[in-house]
Formats: sequence, C-alpha cells, structure tokens
Amino acid sequence: MSVSLLVAIAGLTGVGVYMITARSLSRIILGFSLLGHAAVLALLASGGPAGTPPLANQNDPSTIANPLPQALALTAIVISFGLTLFMLALAQRQQNLTGDDLVEDDLEDIRIARMATDDDDSETEGVES
Amino acid sequence: MTVLVSLTILAPLFLAAAALGTRRLPRARDFFTLAGLVIAAVSSMLMLNGVHHDGTHVVHVGGWSAELGIVLVADMFAALALPVALSLIVIVELFAIGQRRTAWGSNPELSGPLLSVLASGVSLAMLTGDLFTLFVAFELILVSSYVLLTHQGQRGQIQSGMTYVAMNLLASTLFLFGLAFVYASTGTVNMALLTERIPELSSGVRIGLGAWFFVVFGTKAAVFPLFSWLPDSYPTAPTTITAIFAGLLTKIGIYAMIRFHTLMGMDDLGPVMLIIAGLTMIIGAVGALAQGNVKRILSFHIISQIGYMLMGLGLFTAAGTTGAILFLLHHMPVKTVLFLVGGLIENDQGTSSLDKSGGMARRRPLIAALFVIPALSLAGLPPFSGFVAKLSVISAGIEAGRPIVVTAALVAGALTLLSMTKIWLGVFWGPAPDPADLPDTPTETRANRRMMRSATALAVAGSLFISVFAGTVYDMSERAANDLRDAEVYREAVLS
Repeated sequence: MSVSLLVAIAGLTGVGVYMITARSLSRIILGFSLLGHAAVLALLASGGPAGTPPLANQNDPSTIANPLPQALALTAIVISFGLTLFMLALAQRQQNLTGDDLVEDDLEDIRIARMATDDDDSETEGVES
Repeated sequence: MTVLVSLTILAPLFLAAAALGTRRLPRARDFFTLAGLVIAAVSSMLMLNGVHHDGTHVVHVGGWSAELGIVLVADMFAALALPVALSLIVIVELFAIGQRRTAWGSNPELSGPLLSVLASGVSLAMLTGDLFTLFVAFELILVSSYVLLTHQGQRGQIQSGMTYVAMNLLASTLFLFGLAFVYASTGTVNMALLTERIPELSSGVRIGLGAWFFVVFGTKAAVFPLFSWLPDSYPTAPTTITAIFAGLLTKIGIYAMIRFHTLMGMDDLGPVMLIIAGLTMIIGAVGALAQGNVKRILSFHIISQIGYMLMGLGLFTAAGTTGAILFLLHHMPVKTVLFLVGGLIENDQGTSSLDKSGGMARRRPLIAALFVIPALSLAGLPPFSGFVAKLSVISAGIEAGRPIVVTAALVAGALTLLSMTKIWLGVFWGPAPDPADLPDTPTETRANRRMMRSATALAVAGSLFISVFAGTVYDMSERAANDLRDAEVYREAVLS
C-alpha cells in the first residue's frame, strides 16, 4: 500500500471527525462526506497494490488491479452520495423551520439543567431561613 | 426453496415500486403494499418449514460460486427470525391503514411503499451470506427509516431525525472501514470463508476486528454507551413508524452481532460484552423509571432489553446463544404491540403523557387488556413468552458461573415491572382527565378504530403463540444456536 494513500486516509479521517463535532449542520454534512471518502480509500487500499485496469481479455490477469474492492467502493460512493443529499435536504428543512442550521440543545438536557438550578435555589432559601 | 428465499426479498421491493407508482389511488396502493408484505411473510413461513425439515438452504445469486458472488443463506437462525419480523410488518401496515385517515397517521403515500422497502432490507440483512451485502441491506433499511422518521417535517422530528441520521451514518462509515480491514487481512468478505480465515489471524487482529464490529453493530442495536439517539428520536415519529422501529431496527443490529460474533468464534470478547450487557440493562431500566411519557418509557425499555440479548450472546455457551435467539424472537412482537397500544392510547385521548391521562381501564377495557398482556410479558412474568426467554438467558448465565450479570438481569427485570406499574397507574387507573385539558383527539371512524384494534389484537395473539409453543420454539432456537456455534455446518452448506 502506498504511503500517499495512507496519508490521505489519515488526513481525511482527521478532518472529517473534527468537522462532525461542529455545531453547524452544513459542517457536519461536509465532515461525513470527508469521512466517507476516507472509508472508500481504505477499501481501495485493502485490495493490494495498484495494477493495470481489470478489463477481461485485454490485460494480463497477473498484472491487473484487484477489481473487487473497486466494485465495493463504487457501491459505497453511490450510497454516501445519496445520503449526503438527504442530509442537505434535512438541513435545509431545519433552516426553514428555525432560521439557522445549528444543532439545537437537547430538550432533556435543558430540563435537567433547570431542575438542577431549582434545587440550588431551594437550598439557598433553606440556609437563609 | 430458492424461489421462496428470493421472494422474501424481491416481492416487497417490486411491489413497493408498484405502490409508489399508484400512490394517488389509495386502494391500489394499499393492495400492492399489503400483497408484497404478505407474499414475503408467507414465503418466510414456508421457508422455516423447509429449513426445519431439509436443513440450511443456500442460494447462489446469478449462479456465481460462493467465493465470487453473493450468497443468500437460509439457515435456522434466519428462518426463525424472518417470519416473526415480516409478520410484524404486515400487522403494522394493517394498523397504519386503519390509522392513516387520522391526524396522527403518517403520510400514506410514502409510508406504505417505504415499509415495503424496509421489509425487503430486513429480509436481505437476515439472509445474506457476506458482509458487504449486509452493509447494503443495512443502508436499505436505514434510508427508508430516515425518510419514515422525518417525512412529516415537524420541528421535533427534524431535530431528532438529524441525530438519528448522523449516528447511523457514523456507524455505516465505521462499517465500511471495518470491511476494508476485513478484506485487507483475509482477502474476502464472504462469511463462510471468513469463519475459516479469521481464526487463523493473529489474536490482536482477530480481537480488533471483533471489537470494531461490536461497535458498529452496537451503535445500531443501541447498547450502552451508544444508545442516546434512541429515546430522543423514536417517540417523535408517528405510532406505526415507532412500533416498527422499536420492534425491528435495533434487533437487526443484535441479529447481525449474534451471527457475526458467534460464527467467527469471538469468545475473547465475552467478558467485555457481559459488562456492557449489564450496564445496558440497568441504565435502560433506570432511565425508563425517570420518564413521564408512555412512548419514552417504552423507548428506554428497548435499550434495557437489548442488554439481555447481549448477555446471552456474551456468555458464548450453547445455552446462552439459545437464550439470546429466544429473547430476540419474543422481544420483536411484544415491543411492537406495546408501541401500538401506546398509539391507541394517544388516539383515544390525544396524549400519551402520564400526568395528563387516567381512567382508561374503566373507559377502554379492551385497550387495557391489550396493554397488560405484553407489559407483563416484557417484565418477564409467567406464563408469557418473556418469562421463558428471560429464564433461559438467566439460567444460561448461572450455568456459565456469571453471578454479577445475572444479578443485574434480575434487578433490571424488577425495575421493568416497576415502570410498567407506573404506566398502569398513570394511564389506566385514577380519575379520568378533564376533557378541556386534552388536545383535540383526531376524528376517527368506527371502521378505522376496529382496524387498529384488530391489528393490535392480532399481534398480541402472535406473542401468546410464542409462549404456547415455547417448547418447539426453544428446540428450534437451540438448533439455530448450535448451527451458529459450529461454523463447520455453515461453511459446508455454503461452500460445497
């Protein structure tokens, strides 16, 4: 496996994971497509060294590249393309509904935070009286 | 047999296309959807009969040999799980037809065809004999579930749908990386060949692969600590959609885990799995206690119950795997029914919040009866199917000498019963709520209501069926477990 491929996989994964942790949905979507590319490259790399195009009756079977991971990678690309579009549609819908594309605070978290502050208030009241 | 195996996948897929084409004509659309689902369910039952008598049946798609092409393997495990899953989808579709003219229903133009696509994906995921097709089947299931969850486009659904999509997309990407690792280390993604080649790898690589796929399938199955997306997203969807998600989707994750980790002999991961199983059970059950809404309580129970199946798997004994399979078979109908009853409650009084409801036992005794049977079964009381399933998992745990996880299972069982009592007290007993406090209930006709109740009753009858024939089902699960544990059987069937 060539070093450049390895570096590309590592770089794409790193940037992808960093972007997934962002607050804005458009960044998260970009992060997922980068991660998807990294996975596809990893699939490609798993097929062994590069070779001549795997065309039947044209190239010597002993020198051709392994065609199976390429077929798998192609399927994975199609799927991740469709999902990226779907996520973009969701982000668009979110934008229409709320006016921005930020991930909202979790409702349960807000509820628990409010319960915690309520508890604090009652304790301080108790101390004062 | 080959025709039956193909029909379970192709019939719902093609008839979903027909139903989409006729989506503006309600009768034709419902006919095509139901026809596809019923054909698939009946074929899967005939398949169970065939596998029971003649053993594992393998279909080489396109006539390619197992090393080169895609294989579909109808072994005992797949043949047992598939009829249960597909019959549930039929029942939920019936419920949906009853519900769809009401405000709570999902958009019928989309949900019928999408349920069919989901059914096709479920069949493919259970029957496939290679990891890449499993990935494709997962995507098929997930893509239809994404749309089912968010197609109404309400704010809460988009928000939680985003979490759901992101979490599953991450798991799918990890799955792809895992496929690359498997292919790089063994040169194949065919499971029969993998059963031969994975044990030959160095123990580090082998355990690494096992742990990687544990995370991938664990995210889909919502095990601790990867469960947080589930209770947020499931309750926001329309009832029928939630019921099918609850009954099937997480179970596909645990199904894949049972198949992969047992076939590949990942016994080294057992202790880790047991720790996670214990935590999943307890945290799910405690989480359920803290909730104030029927659907949210039930969502937390899904997590808790996943822990039992994981415990059975993590023991890596014949009895443990049998227990896990039995639990899977019991859990699918029971969980679906409980969500359908949640839907009936919501339809009747406009809310499923515990504070706002009450007095249902007097006003709607039928709904109360439909709730109490699966609820007691879920809590594991005799004579229901939950008792048989829990007993077999727990006795397998005692046999294997794992007292801590057994204790966790018993505590989680008690907590489950407690939160079921909470639903009972909140919804079925107590004074009826003031009608002025309730939101407008959807207008439903008598025919709609009868359809929804009959569908729910049918599912309750199905879950009782499992407890009546518990002996036969146990024997079949045992055979499925033995076939999985002895990879030789699987390999011979696929490769010869």
